Amino acid sequence: MRNAVAESENIVAETAEKIFADLADAQTINRDKNGAWKAPLWQALSESGLPLSWVPEDCGGSGASLAEGFSVLSAAGRHAVAVPLVETMLAGWLLAQAKISSPDGEMTVAPASPKDRVTLNADGSLSGKARGVPFAKAAKHIAVVASDAKGLSIALVEAAKCRIDSGLGLGGDHSDTVTFDKVQPVTTRPAPKGFEQTHLMLMGGVARSLQIAGALESMLEISVRYSNERVAFEKKISKFQAVQHNLARLAGESAAALAAATSAADAIANATSFNDEVFLEAVSAKIRCSEAAEKGGGIAHQVHGAIGFTSEHILHRYSLRALGWRDDFGSESYWAVELGRLVANRGADELWPLVASR
Amino acid sequence: MTAALRFDPIRLPPECEQLRKEVRAFLAEEIAAGTFDPHQPNREDTDAPEFSRRVGAKGWLGMTWPKKYGGHERSFLERYVVTEEMRVANAPTRRFFVADRQSGPVLLKYAPENIKMDILPRICRGEVCFAIGMSEPNSGSDLFAAKTRATKTDGGYLINGTKIWTSSAHIADYMIAIFRTSPPTKENRRHGLTQFLVKMKQPGIEVNPIQQITGQYEFNEVVFTDFFVPEDHVLGEVDGAWKQATSELAYERSGPERFLETYYVLTELVRAVGKNPDTRSAEGIGRLVAQLHTMRRMSVSVAGMLQAGKEPVVEASIVKDIGTVWEQALPHRVRDLAAFVEETATNRETLENQLSFAIKTAPKLTIQGGTTEVLRGIIARGLGLR
Repeated sequence: MRNAVAESENIVAETAEKIFADLADAQTINRDKNGAWKAPLWQALSESGLPLSWVPEDCGGSGASLAEGFSVLSAAGRHAVAVPLVETMLAGWLLAQAKISSPDGEMTVAPASPKDRVTLNADGSLSGKARGVPFAKAAKHIAVVASDAKGLSIALVEAAKCRIDSGLGLGGDHSDTVTFDKVQPVTTRPAPKGFEQTHLMLMGGVARSLQIAGALESMLEISVRYSNERVAFEKKISKFQAVQHNLARLAGESAAALAAATSAADAIANATSFNDEVFLEAVSAKIRCSEAAEKGGGIAHQVHGAIGFTSEHILHRYSLRALGWRDDFGSESYWAVELGRLVANRGADELWPLVASR
Repeated sequence: MTAALRFDPIRLPPECEQLRKEVRAFLAEEIAAGTFDPHQPNREDTDAPEFSRRVGAKGWLGMTWPKKYGGHERSFLERYVVTEEMRVANAPTRRFFVADRQSGPVLLKYAPENIKMDILPRICRGEVCFAIGMSEPNSGSDLFAAKTRATKTDGGYLINGTKIWTSSAHIADYMIAIFRTSPPTKENRRHGLTQFLVKMKQPGIEVNPIQQITGQYEFNEVVFTDFFVPEDHVLGEVDGAWKQATSELAYERSGPERFLETYYVLTELVRAVGKNPDTRSAEGIGRLVAQLHTMRRMSVSVAGMLQAGKEPVVEASIVKDIGTVWEQALPHRVRDLAAFVEETATNRETLENQLSFAIKTAPKLTIQGGTTEVLRGIIARGLGLR
């Protein structure tokens, strides 16, 4: 049974890997100044059903498991994929929580920060502002968590009806401010009992953690490869102990990110609720992966020297996106405060039992 | 293309949670009976022979070994749980820890049957203490520069030379040591060392204490003068110790003891800050807990791979590298955060005592059992850089 599950995870991940390898090659994308690569990539992803992985078949999706979808996110991170695949998956997941069918095309989610709130007005319209919404400018629809006195609702909104102020994240992908000024949604349904906006933040945070871990895997690989090619002082730089130790540290950061992110994904995939244990897993992943993005990405650049600082080299596609992903769905410092408060509130003697429960 | 690192999300099976409850109950009884104080890691005498026997009687030593040698044929993951609970409680494990983790498995693999039948059951009963004879005055990390000689004589070998930094040699019943049986060859500088089982507390062995900066006494210098070791105490291949060393390192390097040695200061910080920490304390604690959780998940993952019969040498080295650097920095980070703790009559003393000890302990953590530099060399080799 366990093997059967692992196998089907591999098939979904392999489908994603193959599409990325064929249509999202980092060198090709990096040379393409007009973005001509985007349409064929998105079309292939759509035809494979990957953007709606987490949408049940009766809501118009492909009904993959959470675990299968998470393996797609890791692959997306390894290829630093710069189309709203991850965002559309999250939107589909969010809509499915309220049994809202997903439309075709690119989607994103709002809010994308734990501090932002969208209000559901008495007339059914939405008001509020959501900052740092990834790919809002490229999305046809936005899946929104909104609240009123009765509680939380989930709404499907046409992006064209919102005011969208463009912004760019560190990696050069859209990270926009979405203003809901009495916007009438296409559909609004109450969120299921027990659902909180935090759950979207945790799902989004784990998605970003998996992407960062994937990007670090690629940064490690291209840094090792480069160090084995580049000659300085009449030796391959991989033969210098200082370089070796830096790369060993990069491997450590990559390993920590991978372990934290896959553990959190596994925890969510097998959880029945977002309890303290799942919270620990999810926010630890976001905190540790964000730290790894800084430390590991810094080493990757150091190994590459000046060439890695040029726009023509592919390194920045991974390093800058990984740094930018730190900010989405709550930064590491935000979640560290929340986790610290949780730990303090549970008390000193409950810390080890919490850690050991995982 | 580098070989991909693997850290699968291994979960401890249900039998581990039952076992965890038993270990916690046992430790609570020991604490109540005054065997040790979990808040005092800096006690002077960490040798506790009676405690060691009671742990053995519980079936928690040699847990993974065959029953015919007194073992319990349980999983590495169950052993993991016992190890981490003992460590977090600051239990006095010195007498049995090395034998259980390291020396027993070496004997299982390389000792003749009569020696296995004699010693392994005694380890399982918590009766014998082991030391490891690796470092010498002029060879530490450079293990294969060891000079202490084992010269062939009638029915065995005569040992001459000095081992140093030998933890617990003054209480140990046995030592597993490497001695030089041949000179290194031109082609292989690692050639010529042989692993031996040494029975301690005999004429020809002199154990001299070395005081450490923490005030504790673990280290010794061990001088061998024409000390006789019988033939059947050779462990494995003569001149071939280098082949035997590497696969065992995964066990030694990835356990919970590689990131939990100063853990107690984090618990005590949480106690000192109370239920409503300010933003700075909360953030600091949150980051440390996230890092700790990640370390443990990595370490459990390696334990799972070992249980599955794999040899995750690179992954284990990464766990020890990151884990020891973390536990070394931990007391300093806790000190930073403790500076802002509002002082009450009772919330500082234990923390300050613990910090003093942990800060003094910290330097050794990235040296013992393979230095950071050695570990990073192993990782670099795994990455294809050497």
